[in-house]
Amino acid sequence: MQEPTGRRKLFTMIVLTAVAVTTVLPFLWTLALSLKPADQVMSGGLIPKQITEQVEIDGKTHTVRLLRQLEDGRYRVKLLEGERKIVDVPGPVTVTERLDVRFDNYPKAWNAYPFLSFGRAYLNSLIVAVLVTLGQVFTCALAAYAFARLKFRGRDALFFCYLATMMVPGAVTMIPTFVLLKNMPDVLNWMFSTEFFAREFIGGGRMIGTDSYFALIAPRCFSAYGTFMLRQFFLSIPKELEEAAVLDGCGPLGVLRHVVLPLSKPAIATLSVFTFMWAWGDFFWPLVVTRSDSIKTLPLLLQTFQGQYGAQWNLLMAASVMGLLPMVGAFLLAQRHFIEGIKMGAVKG
Amino acid sequence: MSALAPATAKPLPRPLARELGDLGRGLAFLAPNFVGFLLFTLVPVVAIFVVAFTTGSYASGVDPVSGSFWIDARFCGLDHFRTMLGDGAFWQSLGNTFVFLLAVPFSMAASLGLALLLNQKIPGRVVYRTLLFLPTIAAGLALYMIWRQIYNQEFGLFNQILSAIGLFEAGQGPDWLGNESLAKPALLAMLVWVGMGGTNMILYLAALQDVDVTLYEAASLDGAGEWSCFRYITWPALRPTTFFVLTTNLIGGIQIFDQILIMTGGGPQGSTSTILYYLYQNIYEFDRLGYAAALSVVLFGIVLTMTLVNWRLNRSAREA
Repeated sequence: MQEPTGRRKLFTMIVLTAVAVTTVLPFLWTLALSLKPADQVMSGGLIPKQITEQVEIDGKTHTVRLLRQLEDGRYRVKLLEGERKIVDVPGPVTVTERLDVRFDNYPKAWNAYPFLSFGRAYLNSLIVAVLVTLGQVFTCALAAYAFARLKFRGRDALFFCYLATMMVPGAVTMIPTFVLLKNMPDVLNWMFSTEFFAREFIGGGRMIGTDSYFALIAPRCFSAYGTFMLRQFFLSIPKELEEAAVLDGCGPLGVLRHVVLPLSKPAIATLSVFTFMWAWGDFFWPLVVTRSDSIKTLPLLLQTFQGQYGAQWNLLMAASVMGLLPMVGAFLLAQRHFIEGIKMGAVKG
Repeated sequence: MSALAPATAKPLPRPLARELGDLGRGLAFLAPNFVGFLLFTLVPVVAIFVVAFTTGSYASGVDPVSGSFWIDARFCGLDHFRTMLGDGAFWQSLGNTFVFLLAVPFSMAASLGLALLLNQKIPGRVVYRTLLFLPTIAAGLALYMIWRQIYNQEFGLFNQILSAIGLFEAGQGPDWLGNESLAKPALLAMLVWVGMGGTNMILYLAALQDVDVTLYEAASLDGAGEWSCFRYITWPALRPTTFFVLTTNLIGGIQIFDQILIMTGGGPQGSTSTILYYLYQNIYEFDRLGYAAALSVVLFGIVLTMTLVNWRLNRSAREA
């Protein structure tokens, strides 16, 4: 890395600061709006405050909203008490501003949508993201080890098949998967001559098929990309370590558990972080596959929220902040790991 | 071949039992992944080419009389693809999708520029990197909800700033997302903003740090200017990164959907509808699952072509 000269350094910092302002300003604006009183969201400025306009009429002070100044110098105001009449007064109108931070926008937004609170949506997203992550690490690690170290006929042809499917867009497999899941309960009931698979799941949604936790989780526990990435990492582990473990009497599963996995922590961490982020933020698949409010994930709640409270900006922005907080918070706390993960995920891929 | 080569150098044929055992073990390790891979990737990929030629409600059930299983779908040949040829909404969505892909080169150029700036010893490097990364880590539904308000005509942040610098009076600004000719540029600007300081910049930054510094020293001894250094040393060294970023961003970019659903709903007059958004409408609003499947076959074709062209270009450039 070069040490820039004085003028170059100044130029660099001015440009970077300008760009950084554009990336931060929208977030500050959002935060400000989420803390403003409902009747102040349309006023500009980043400080949540209450602006009060008062005028004296016949020796009494009234709270008003200033509409405009008339040509004859008088003020047209709307009284905000009593009959809420519009009157013209000689003035003067005194304007007072005071800081007014409304934290209660957050609890209001939290409970605003009656069928699904933010708590439930967070929980659903968490359940889905954690199980998808665990599922992927489990299935990908096993498959990656087979592709990296076990010798068997047809291994490389099969691996090539895996690679080829990496470029299939998610939207392509979506519709057949949807049809498959839609028919799954009926098919299973028919195969086992039972009614079991059409039942409601405890806590919402159905047992299996569309509109179930199963549909949100199961199809995403398998990844060609994850398999590929872990395989590349496993190949970089010295074979001698594994051979030593085999001499000590370890089977392939033992080698994987006691030698390969402990040495692959960075790769596993990368796969976990990216799978988690993807599963947490994914929108299209849950949108297509869920119906019941009780199993909806955070992005679906946000979408519903926008539909219902689109006009109430303070609540909408509080909801946005609550939607952003988990990921942004995690990033700020563990930034270094995110950055390292990005590099590793790409270099290997 | 030398007659002195020891006979043991030739591998002995492995006994069949051993081979079957190895195969079994390998498949056992693969099984958990392979079942899912088969059920949710391989079968769907094959099935999409079947569903795309069918029509119906795809409801299913068991016939109470015969006890056999039925599904409501029937073959319709090339009907969907024929419809597509004359379907204005399809062509419009396809065209829009390619317009939105313009965000990729712009955002990559911005990423490279920012990475070059950050690749110097300056105070607060990590702070800058964090702040520039914020849009990417925040990307998602909540961020698009915010951007919808930012572009609001009367009270949005964007028009507030523009009116503050005197471009027009407060509340008189353009309706960015509600205007047919402004909605696309507005979305493009947001896409560039989201992508510029994120993953791409980090990858460029990492690649820049791997460039051999002695090359620059040798070049400047030979009298090379800054532009020549960039053109003949930095840019070629970044080629693999550029290839990776371009491929992944194009494939991601062609599947743009969330932004559209949240910010414009494809409007005004379909001017921001994308191929994936149109696919979604066909599933949900028009109830044409078969047609949606045909659309995803088209999407598949585009992605495949893009990947192959990209790969081919990269290879011929490397050989040249």
